[in-house]
Amino acid sequence: MLQSSTIDVEKIRQDFPILHRRIKGGHKLIYLDNAATTQKPRTVIDSISNYYMNYNSNIHRAVHQLAEEATFAYEEVRQKVAKLVNARSADEIVFTRNATESINLIARCWARQHLTKSDEVLITEIEHHSNIVPWQLVTGEVGASLDYLGVGDEGRIDIEEFAQKIHDPNLKLVSVSQMSNVLGTILPVKEMTKLAHEVNVPIMIDAAQSVPHMKVDVQDLDCDFMAFSAHKMLGPTGVGILYAKREFLEKMPPFIGGGDMIKEVHKQNTSFNDLPYKFEAGTPNIADVIGFGAAIDYLNDLGFENIREHEMQITEYALERMNEIQGITIYGPPIVNERGAVISFNLGDIHPHDLATILNDFGIAMRSGHHCAQVLMERLDVSATSRVSFYVYNSKDEVNILIDALQSARRLFGL
Amino acid sequence: MSEDIYREIILDHYRNPRNKGRISDADVSFHDSNPLCGDEIDIHLKVEDNIVKDIKFEGRGCAISQASASMLTEMVMNKPLTSVKELGKDDILENIGLVNLGPARIKCALLSLKVLKMSMVEYYASKDPESAQEIREGSRLY
Repeated sequence: MLQSSTIDVEKIRQDFPILHRRIKGGHKLIYLDNAATTQKPRTVIDSISNYYMNYNSNIHRAVHQLAEEATFAYEEVRQKVAKLVNARSADEIVFTRNATESINLIARCWARQHLTKSDEVLITEIEHHSNIVPWQLVTGEVGASLDYLGVGDEGRIDIEEFAQKIHDPNLKLVSVSQMSNVLGTILPVKEMTKLAHEVNVPIMIDAAQSVPHMKVDVQDLDCDFMAFSAHKMLGPTGVGILYAKREFLEKMPPFIGGGDMIKEVHKQNTSFNDLPYKFEAGTPNIADVIGFGAAIDYLNDLGFENIREHEMQITEYALERMNEIQGITIYGPPIVNERGAVISFNLGDIHPHDLATILNDFGIAMRSGHHCAQVLMERLDVSATSRVSFYVYNSKDEVNILIDALQSARRLFGL
Repeated sequence: MSEDIYREIILDHYRNPRNKGRISDADVSFHDSNPLCGDEIDIHLKVEDNIVKDIKFEGRGCAISQASASMLTEMVMNKPLTSVKELGKDDILENIGLVNLGPARIKCALLSLKVLKMSMVEYYASKDPESAQEIREGSRLY
């Protein structure tokens, strides 16, 4: 076993009001669906209501005090995000609705401008639909092709195969996840970026599953674009982040048109605002961006190294206990260093939806289905899996209850 | 709770589905799936004198979707299409004994009836477009 982590789960749990509610039958909530969305600490919830109660105002335009306070709070979060991923400047941070929108922004404003008929975009079989469909749409529009890097049986990609694929002269863009939302696999994105840049191909990283769980440094990775979401890291829904290198953002046309993204508007033409405002048309999600700031503070206080350490410990423990269960199939890399705190599995021939219903009786919130990754499901030759995913407030005691529940499901289905 | 759902009869139909397979000379076949769950059902129908002469299903998915399909085939076998047309959500839930199924799982239980109704829509499409339209409207069960 790894050394005990510096994360005090019991103390953390006190900060999350929802973890004190009960599920039908009087069970404590055991929330193991963190790869879908995470719960919110009181500081996040309070920062949102504080905004509405004390300084609600539109931003960037008015000069009254409320607007000044709201603008300051909103822009302060952009600074926090820039610092979180070590962007050179906050100008390289664009707020969107979610990671999906961030990827679509690059598909529209970069890929759509640069792809022609014979070109190609390369992704992997591990991707979430949000990193597949935008590329299908844009390659379909211009008649370009979409190619996939395969995934091995243990959920890893082959870097040699990648190194070969990127030498295709038609390749114009690579887009890959840093961490699989199904298998937890951590992809070698730094190496992939280096290889892509050797042939002058830009790379986008879908970091929706990685940024919440580990230290991610865009300058160290040297990626050109990165997308992630606030709600998967203790923040509110409705806030996505796009990081892009300044030289790309400057050359890209706007995403949608409207207020706030303009410098001057005349009857027939408009000059666009500076970065990053050019990409943020209309009133943004001010309250939730401010809430996201509180989430970043909370995670920074815990420390990303401690978070990763805690998650590796709980994942290792869960893998060990789950492997004791007869008839279980666990997907993804067996080594905890190569994966995040996500475990996909199947138990005998019990359908994941049946398993999720049974686990719900134990108060366990677990995901079942294709996890928006049907390409990967086809690769694994399963129609669905069950998935548990952990975060800072999950404990080994909860894993023990999970194991009891799985054993109980086995008995019920006569396995 | 789940002991109530996964009663002997559901597990029995799941493990030993009735009328599972194809009909080589089926008059009509229809396929549909639950996009969220991935449950899949195909219904094959043989009709004679407006009576369900034979019905078979194929599919994969959770115990509730597959058991419900199995039980539905027994329910409508040799019944006139006019009475099958009238079947609704509550008939199915009563038939499988799960009247309190939550909103997430109710789609699993109703998928097979939806597919059966859509196969009847196909069956009537050229013969009786008016009935086809009526059944199509009745197929929106969730």
